[in-house]
Amino acid sequence: MKNPYMPYPVRIDDIQIATEDRSLKTFKFVFLNKEDEEKFSYHAGQFAELSIPGKGEIPIGIASSPTEKGFVKFTVFKTGVVTSYLHDMKAGDIMGIRGPLGNWYPWEMLEKGKNIVIIGGGFAFTTLRSSIIYMLDPANRSKFGNIDVIYGSRSPGMLLYQNELFEWEKRDDINMNITVDGTDDPDWKYNVGFVPTIVEEKAPKADPDTYAIICGPPIMIKFTQPVLEKLGYRDDQIIMSLENRMKCGIGMCGRCNIGKELVCRDGPVFTLEQLNMTPKEY
Amino acid sequence: MKVIKIDKQNWTGGIDKSRENYQIFGPVKDKEHFVFKKLNLKEYPDMENALSVLSPKSILFPQSEKILAASLDESQDDHHIMKRVATDYSPRAVIGIMPCDAKAVQLVKLNFDTDDYRDPYWCDAYEATTFVGLAVNKPSIYDFTLSMGSGPFAEEGLDVLLVDCKDHFLAKVLSEKGDAFLKASGFTSEADADKSAKLINEIKNQAEKAIDAEKVKTEKLKEKSLLELHGASFWEDLSFSCINCGTCTFVCPTCWCFDIQDETKGKKAVRFRNWDSCMSPLFTLHASSHNPRAEKVQRVRQRFMHKLKYFVDKYDQGTMCVGCGRCVVHCPVNIDIREICNTMNSYEAEQA
Amino acid sequence: MDSLTDKIRTLCTGLLKDGKVDMIVGFKKGTIPMSSCPCVARTPEQAKELIWDSNCTLNLANYLTNRKEKIGVVAKGCDSRNIVNHIIENKVTRENLYIIGVPCDGMVDKRKIRALFNDDITLFSEENNKLFVETASEKKELDKQDFLKNNCTTCIHRNPVIYDELAADPVEEQKIENRFADVIKIENMSSDDKWNYFNDLIKDCIRCYACRNACPLCYCPTCFVDESNPQWVGKGQDINDVRTFHLLRAYHCAGRCTDCGACEEACPMDIHVRAFTRKLVKDSCEIFDWEPGLDPNKRPALDTFNPDDPDGFIK
Repeated sequence: MKNPYMPYPVRIDDIQIATEDRSLKTFKFVFLNKEDEEKFSYHAGQFAELSIPGKGEIPIGIASSPTEKGFVKFTVFKTGVVTSYLHDMKAGDIMGIRGPLGNWYPWEMLEKGKNIVIIGGGFAFTTLRSSIIYMLDPANRSKFGNIDVIYGSRSPGMLLYQNELFEWEKRDDINMNITVDGTDDPDWKYNVGFVPTIVEEKAPKADPDTYAIICGPPIMIKFTQPVLEKLGYRDDQIIMSLENRMKCGIGMCGRCNIGKELVCRDGPVFTLEQLNMTPKEY
Repeated sequence: MKVIKIDKQNWTGGIDKSRENYQIFGPVKDKEHFVFKKLNLKEYPDMENALSVLSPKSILFPQSEKILAASLDESQDDHHIMKRVATDYSPRAVIGIMPCDAKAVQLVKLNFDTDDYRDPYWCDAYEATTFVGLAVNKPSIYDFTLSMGSGPFAEEGLDVLLVDCKDHFLAKVLSEKGDAFLKASGFTSEADADKSAKLINEIKNQAEKAIDAEKVKTEKLKEKSLLELHGASFWEDLSFSCINCGTCTFVCPTCWCFDIQDETKGKKAVRFRNWDSCMSPLFTLHASSHNPRAEKVQRVRQRFMHKLKYFVDKYDQGTMCVGCGRCVVHCPVNIDIREICNTMNSYEAEQA
Repeated sequence: MDSLTDKIRTLCTGLLKDGKVDMIVGFKKGTIPMSSCPCVARTPEQAKELIWDSNCTLNLANYLTNRKEKIGVVAKGCDSRNIVNHIIENKVTRENLYIIGVPCDGMVDKRKIRALFNDDITLFSEENNKLFVETASEKKELDKQDFLKNNCTTCIHRNPVIYDELAADPVEEQKIENRFADVIKIENMSSDDKWNYFNDLIKDCIRCYACRNACPLCYCPTCFVDESNPQWVGKGQDINDVRTFHLLRAYHCAGRCTDCGACEEACPMDIHVRAFTRKLVKDSCEIFDWEPGLDPNKRPALDTFNPDDPDGFIK
């Protein structure tokens, strides 16, 4: 068995500013050793530790899709010691990636023709992007029923992956509902309103074959849950991805537990049904 | 069962002989208290069952351990590429470890050696180690090992169990590792199996009588509802006196939580892991400054729920406490896990 | 001592019954010999568990901050001085406290007593300055005076300096000949010897922070050693980091430390942490004529500035 603390060496291939306030950047990494890319085989919904020697590690959801080959992508919010340092790094710099870690959205079940409702808010759209790209891949699209997306941010400039959002908007095999809390842009042609409101207006009603995947700030999740309940979703049809402070990412260091579950290893993906069985320590 | 008789006059000679093949670890007195450490030549383990302040867990899991290192010098080909730090994993023997501390190692193993991941630092140290236990003839008043699935003569996790019979030790050989260690020490004189089993049993019964196994109860922990225990109102008063130091977690033989930290010196980067403690607010603090266990009562509850409920439910191998009594002795504010265990074990959900 | 326990219980029961306080912070009997446990009593029934004996060593001022209730607190001399500190530093208000002062004739040092025996102490009791200590194999009668905690032997404020009611008549204050003899001994060492002395002192430190957390002065929301963004001090066992913790913590207590000894009492590794703070107690006393925690209306030495303040220590 390999050393689970050992990161794969990677080179920063490209850095894109992701939001207008420059607090988020998207990093594209290429593995230094080609064979490591194979070993880093992942599913949409998993995360990895971005590892900067001498600075530390941070757990970040994987934003690229398993169907995108030759690189991996992460969108990182500048907040602590490691992320601040990372934001100042340049293309060409060498660092490490450790993973993939954690579980993933339940694709095996969802790929049996389920309808998917993706609900995202703010920065928490990374593994959702991964999921959308994955589902829209020509090899995969037929495995799913309807795909609805409700994604919102504070303002148009704070939406992640804007070009892709607007491309998806034009397609007929995915139903996009982009929204912002507010904007003074007269040309804004999408929704205005908080995510829970748009979910109430636009999300499909519950159906035994429809599953909602939610990622977003705690406040968004708090107000979206009752809306989904109102629409008739059962707790096992509401799938969420949690965050907690993590270090090892492999279920050993002990800090990310919610009851007996470890967010890094038993999660980060849980259904609401599962979360109802655990203490709310997240 | 093979039993070897070791005359005490041959004891230090045997230890010295074993040093040719083993690094020797054991308890010794340093200043006013006992510590487990790597023994230098002419240093011998104390064989009086003194309760060391810190458990021997550090032999496999040092308080601060380098795990990876990298050069930051961009003129080097492998700059910024982390590598494992070389550590000496040549055979080592821990002599004089208490049976409950050896059981604790087995519980910690559940965390570090799993089907999905294997922690190579802990596991390599574990594999290199031979555990030579010393049965506790006279248990301390803090000993509640019998309530926690261990005992003064328990054999779980040991390669050899030494029993002090005044002028000699009887050494029960419990594994091939143990056999190899005794051979390497020159301890080869086999005792009569039946006679020695009888003698050991007598001493054992005497020792176990000194512990009131009924004092701490655990049998109902498993059937209790996790969420009801978590939501119980007793935590508020139980945690009042806690000052949220990490003493209980640091002295505990089963507390395995750790932190990972990077440091740089010049052009060299080193990644460490250090013991960490669920008593510290920093343990769970998000970068956003949100903290799921921001309050003292939540952190105290976490420690006891982890040991006495989450672990019980998750592994079905009893509690994550072996009853050594260290936290009972050293808690500055007398938070007593024996009482908390009984409180949890006898808890009936409050009427809504 | 039993009469003190009775008196404290009677007073506290009355305060709770009359609704004069919402809760009492005091000590209850510990679960092991020679221990006590800081506790809260909210009902007259709970007040029956309160005790007082020579093991009530921790400083209860540590439990008074960030609370909304009206609190009754049982306070010996040093606790009362730390309450004064809290009032000066706006951590509590005088109106929110009802202080039951306990004149104190010193707390016992369980480590000194344990050192006399080969096995575990099973029984401890006391009467009229005599201690009765038993193990499975031995029984000893000791003079309490010979087994006081080190800080109690040099204490000159045994009587509470601030209180609403006293649980007993004041005791006679000690006249200490050479109050800082221990500090002077270290001051007289050569630089190298001092360096070695302090390195040896902290060599067993496990950075559990029991000393800091038992200290009523250490109430910073985030201690400098816990700062993580940026991180100020390394987290491992490097002696430089360990030393930084102890030195900076001590300096943060300069002019505030009442030498209550809670830090040393709490240390699981038996580190004589007062060796750091004692020097600062001495300096603030000698340089600024300042004893902390005596008067809630006086600003602390390091809180005020006078052009003619002594500055001989600046080199």
